[in-house]
Amino acid sequence: MDQTLNITRTAGKTKEVAMTKAKKRKKISSADLAFRICNGLFMIIFVVVTLYPVLNTLAVSLNDGTDALRGGIYLWPRVFTWKNYETVLSKDNLITGAVVTVARTVIGTALALVTNAILAFIVSRKDFIFAKQVSLFWVITMYVNGGLIPTFLLFKSLGLTNSFAVYVIPGMLSAFNMLVIRTYMRGIPDSLEESAQLDGAGYTTIFLKIISPLCKPVYATVALFVAVGQWNSWFDAMLYNRMASQYTTLQYELMKLLSSVSNQSSSAEAMKNAGEGSVTPTSVRAAATIITMLPIICIYPFLQKYFVTGLTLGGVKE
Amino acid sequence: MTKKSITMADFKRQRVLIVWAVAIVIYGVIFHYLPLCGWLMAFQNYKPVTGLLHSEFVGLDKFKLLFSDATFIRVIRNTLAMGVINLVSTFVMAILFAILLNEMAFKGGKKVVQTISYLPHFLSWIIVTGILHDALSGTGIINTLLLHFGVIDQAINFFAHEKYFWPIVAFANVWKETGWNAIIYLAAITSIDPSLYEAAAIDGAGRWAKIKNVTLPGIKPTIMILLLMNVGNVLNAGFEIQYLLGNGLVQNVSQTIDIYVLKWGISQGDYSIGTAAGIFKSLVSIILIVFFNHIAKKHGEERLF
Repeated sequence: MDQTLNITRTAGKTKEVAMTKAKKRKKISSADLAFRICNGLFMIIFVVVTLYPVLNTLAVSLNDGTDALRGGIYLWPRVFTWKNYETVLSKDNLITGAVVTVARTVIGTALALVTNAILAFIVSRKDFIFAKQVSLFWVITMYVNGGLIPTFLLFKSLGLTNSFAVYVIPGMLSAFNMLVIRTYMRGIPDSLEESAQLDGAGYTTIFLKIISPLCKPVYATVALFVAVGQWNSWFDAMLYNRMASQYTTLQYELMKLLSSVSNQSSSAEAMKNAGEGSVTPTSVRAAATIITMLPIICIYPFLQKYFVTGLTLGGVKE
Repeated sequence: MTKKSITMADFKRQRVLIVWAVAIVIYGVIFHYLPLCGWLMAFQNYKPVTGLLHSEFVGLDKFKLLFSDATFIRVIRNTLAMGVINLVSTFVMAILFAILLNEMAFKGGKKVVQTISYLPHFLSWIIVTGILHDALSGTGIINTLLLHFGVIDQAINFFAHEKYFWPIVAFANVWKETGWNAIIYLAAITSIDPSLYEAAAIDGAGRWAKIKNVTLPGIKPTIMILLLMNVGNVLNAGFEIQYLLGNGLVQNVSQTIDIYVLKWGISQGDYSIGTAAGIFKSLVSIILIVFFNHIAKKHGEERLF
């Protein structure tokens, strides 16, 4: 009698425990669901905030300029036209800017890649007698620099103002890029180099035939960093080549368009009277902006793995 | 290891390396070390005609002049304020974004969100400020939304009021760099040992407990080292956007040390004052880096050098 009672009691308890457990699990999963919904919402808002300005610029660039002044254009053009793009492509200064920008990106990236690779190769040779000193010499430049005015005066006295060279020579070597490549090169097994040395290969052969082919991923990373920097820079064009319109860049021209827009927004009324189907500084700038960002938007999604590697390697410093 | 182990044979065998090293060091001396000689200008009454060698030496007069200039004091305040606000907001957002993205269950969506999040990093400040001008203009999306929901009854001219400038700059930095800065945290989260999460789950840890007790401690070293690297750069964080967005109405809060240097040095041609301001900035940056490195060392955290 006592025993049966005990058994039923235990069974009841087990049931109770099982029930509260089930309740708990349900509670957790509903909290989990709430979290997932909130997280999803956060991500959607994040994506909208990131993409909207770009899509809006695209819509404005494809819309009639005068009509766009009325506002109310969000994601889709109201009065569709290619005229803004035609205007951009017929402006000599923007064409010159585009040519110079492409040239500085290609030449600057090639120069930076070759010199940084050579420097990284030198300082990553374990047996090189000056490896440490050369390394330190560059790392110091990361923390100490002369500043704007001494640099400006130096470039002036070197004849680098009003020249194309100012875009590609002074910033060619950078301690950060060197460190990224060096870290990668240090990860390559020594045995490869040693066996090549036994076969009589000199340093040049080892660099070109053994190390460089293995470094393709890190070279791609550094090339991407440099290329984006070259494509986007405008301050050097303004500071050093203000007087040399043949060396203007796309970003600098875009900046001039931006300031003309800020100045003319007050004369919007005057623009309205300019007649139907005209372009405005705002709409032309939108078109120029889209043209400027298009190459980067098309390329970067395919290079993701390279910049992720680069950032992780860049974190390792000495 | 020691000097005597270097022989003539070493020199001969490594002559290619030495030739390249010499060429690269000469380049470095010209473009990175020679400008440091220009610091002399800050202690002179520098005149381009007399040059660096024959200009009158004035000691610390230029620095005294600099610190008696109320504009310069205001410029330091602006640089520090924007530097700190930007540092904190971009840091918090990047960590938050990385953790939330990591918690996303839908893998395909995760990849898409991440790819989109990098986009603004690749746009120049020229483009970003253009976008900001559009979004914040009288007919822009922000004013339209605020008017629509009745928050305001008249469009705000965001660029004409001092109180909006710092928040706009902070927002622009967050918009541009959150996805990019999150990369390194996501890499750090990926390298956390999965068995730690399993152990936490067995102990009955929920999602929040796992984030708090496993994810955050796991990325703490990364957070510390990035914080160190960026604290030293706090004074460097203020040029492009402030220069591009600033205007006469907000110049009291928009001008930074770099803009001051540019204005005095290049536009007004007072190289001595400009250089003195630049030196001040460099010295403070180096002190900040060394100081925070020291603190990190004391607390046994990761450090820069």
